[in-house]
Amino acid sequence: MAAPRLFRPALASRLASTPLRSAFTKSCAPSFIRARGYASESGTKEVTVRDALNEALAEELELNQKTFILGEEVAQYNGAYKVTRGLLDRFGPKRVIDTPITEAGFTGIAVGAALAGLHPICEFMTFNFAMQAIDQIINSAAKTHYMSGGIQPCNVTFRGPNGFAAGVAAQHSQDYSAWYGSIPGLKVVSPWSSEDAKGLLKAAIRDPNPVVVLENELMYGQAFPMSEAAQKNDFVLPIGKAKIERSGKDLTIVSVSRCVGQSLTAAAELKQKYGVDAEVLNLRSIKPLDVEAIIASVKKTGRLMVVESGYPMFGVASEIMALAMEYGFDYLTAPAVRVTGAEVPTPYAHGLENMAFPQDDTIVKQAAKLLRL
Amino acid sequence: MRPSNSSLLPLRSRFLGLRALPGSLHANTRSFAQVAQRRVLDVPSEDDKPFMVPIADTSFETYHFDPPSYSVETTKGQLKQLFRDMTTIRRMELAADGLYKERKIRGFCHLSIGQEAVAVGIEHAITREDKLITAYRSHGNTLMRGATIKSILGELLGRRDGIAHGKGGSMHMYAKSFFGGNGIVGASVPLGAGIALAQQYDDTGNVTINLYGDGAANQGQIHEAFNMAKLWNLPVMFGCENNKYGMGTSVDRASASTEYFKRGQYIPGLKVNGMDVLAVLAAVRHGREWIKAGNGPLIYEYETYRYAGHSMSDPGTAYRTREELQKERTNDPITSLKSKLIDWDIMTEDEIKAVEKEIRGMVSHEVQAAEQMPVPDPKWDILFEDIYVPGSEPAQRRGRTIDETIY
Repeated sequence: MAAPRLFRPALASRLASTPLRSAFTKSCAPSFIRARGYASESGTKEVTVRDALNEALAEELELNQKTFILGEEVAQYNGAYKVTRGLLDRFGPKRVIDTPITEAGFTGIAVGAALAGLHPICEFMTFNFAMQAIDQIINSAAKTHYMSGGIQPCNVTFRGPNGFAAGVAAQHSQDYSAWYGSIPGLKVVSPWSSEDAKGLLKAAIRDPNPVVVLENELMYGQAFPMSEAAQKNDFVLPIGKAKIERSGKDLTIVSVSRCVGQSLTAAAELKQKYGVDAEVLNLRSIKPLDVEAIIASVKKTGRLMVVESGYPMFGVASEIMALAMEYGFDYLTAPAVRVTGAEVPTPYAHGLENMAFPQDDTIVKQAAKLLRL
Repeated sequence: MRPSNSSLLPLRSRFLGLRALPGSLHANTRSFAQVAQRRVLDVPSEDDKPFMVPIADTSFETYHFDPPSYSVETTKGQLKQLFRDMTTIRRMELAADGLYKERKIRGFCHLSIGQEAVAVGIEHAITREDKLITAYRSHGNTLMRGATIKSILGELLGRRDGIAHGKGGSMHMYAKSFFGGNGIVGASVPLGAGIALAQQYDDTGNVTINLYGDGAANQGQIHEAFNMAKLWNLPVMFGCENNKYGMGTSVDRASASTEYFKRGQYIPGLKVNGMDVLAVLAAVRHGREWIKAGNGPLIYEYETYRYAGHSMSDPGTAYRTREELQKERTNDPITSLKSKLIDWDIMTEDEIKAVEKEIRGMVSHEVQAAEQMPVPDPKWDILFEDIYVPGSEPAQRRGRTIDETIY
């Protein structure tokens, strides 16, 4: 893939309604963003996803006085998962607000503040608790711009850990990508690496629409190299663009969030065991979906496998496979396949929990079968 | 009336305001032994013969509600059992703490050390036909509702013979007349009102004990449940276990009013010293009778304290001082009952020590039994069992790939 074409996300989204047209080059983005690619290896540094998110929040709070963050334990406790560490000290209690455990209420307050022109960042301790507030996210945040005929924007960012978490059972380990991904009016991003985390969160905060940022708790502690460009405070990633994490010719693996890492591990094993080259596409964005990148890759490889951790029915993988039928049928040399979470509330016991979510060997096995190896 | 918000005054001073004790103005310098009023107690020799024991007159604070009597009827046998039950919960929680630190328990593990008097006092005031529902700090309630220690520990260890067959873990245990823990803060409270509705519907004449934390007390759906409970006169005793912290947030940083027993506005309330198992017993017995008489819901607040962190991943030290913790430990519900048992000649110090030793041994035996339980077989039929009621399952259940699909 060519160097990512960076847009101010809001502008990119205007062009995303017909995903297959190659209108993305008609960027209205400021030239300094367009011109910038990734920095040389020399300036990279290892940064955890947690610190990347923290940096994104700190930079946006610094740059934009309309931005503030609210949520449970975000201030004095420094965040339940320490993503907001140090922000209270730096920006004070007006900009970093501890809320009671009242999700529907503080989400409504965040949305209301956004309607009145502020740019709130609403942290959910986990997206499992956002279910208490999903009405405000969907009925109040996502739909208001449309319902008002374009008069009333709602620049709010919802963020927090989503998806698989270890040993916490059914009510605390669930992937909401498909839930929010199905809602018109929302944008949904889901980072894997530290660069993803920083670039997508900053893009989400700057985007004039309600954006849902689905992070993953198990990724917070993982360190990734961060380019020199990504370390700067003007680094944003375009919402709606996928990234090729590993180039290959034999099979396209489309994945998102934590499953990207698992797919890369599986791809390495496929190479080592069978000598096949799998291309791994990191979606980065659930809505809009980068159909263009998916189809371009399928064109090259002829085979498609989607790996994600949501429930199989009506999920992100189902959607991508449907799009592959609609736009890429002629390029496929075999039926597309998917590896997803199992259709079961997450069990507590370790052995059962492993069976409920994709493992590296689940991906390898399914790929080998698809490739008739 | 003592303001309750952010007050971390030693509860001890309240214990000591015993009515029948003239001249104890400087009571807080005196020990329980000194203030105990053995001479006014008429302790029978039989274990099952009822007699009255006093409760400190600072144990209750009311809201449009008459307080219980400041003495409660009990028996020697019950007093001993209260001690046994609280000690058992504590030993079990300490065992869970150890197992967690050995990395044998995964994920969440919320301990109720310090809060034992609430679970135990309530259970001794109700029957098995009364229902109980609580939030995620539920091990003690699960035990009191009749679960075995090994079935609880087995669940924490993710074993097949755990109380939920390893499917639920720390927050999701259920038993007869016990509708579980719940991992979503506040979500259990409307459920409790619904359980009470079923009791009213079936005309059972029983009540539902509906427990939640001070953190949950601000959730909107709790107030929705209050309204319907009063509107429909449901037989429910809401109970806010105020342990002073919702995770790392102290009550006064989360609640505009920390008088949780008054939060129902149109529902009468009672604040109870939740560190005194006898006060809890008396209060719940009193409230239960009031509800059974058809008077509708009540809101209780059990003022208590969590010694441990919110969960095992929270050391519980960042947001409170060591001094505060030490001060609260002087109100320990088990220690204070122990003193009373000795002062009232119910048990000798040696007998108490023997019981403690016996319970320690019993719990470690249960730990061993739980550790010997097998883990669930990692098989598809076990993974998928119990998603639906047996016999009513959809024919197709899908695993992670098309090959892992059961038809």
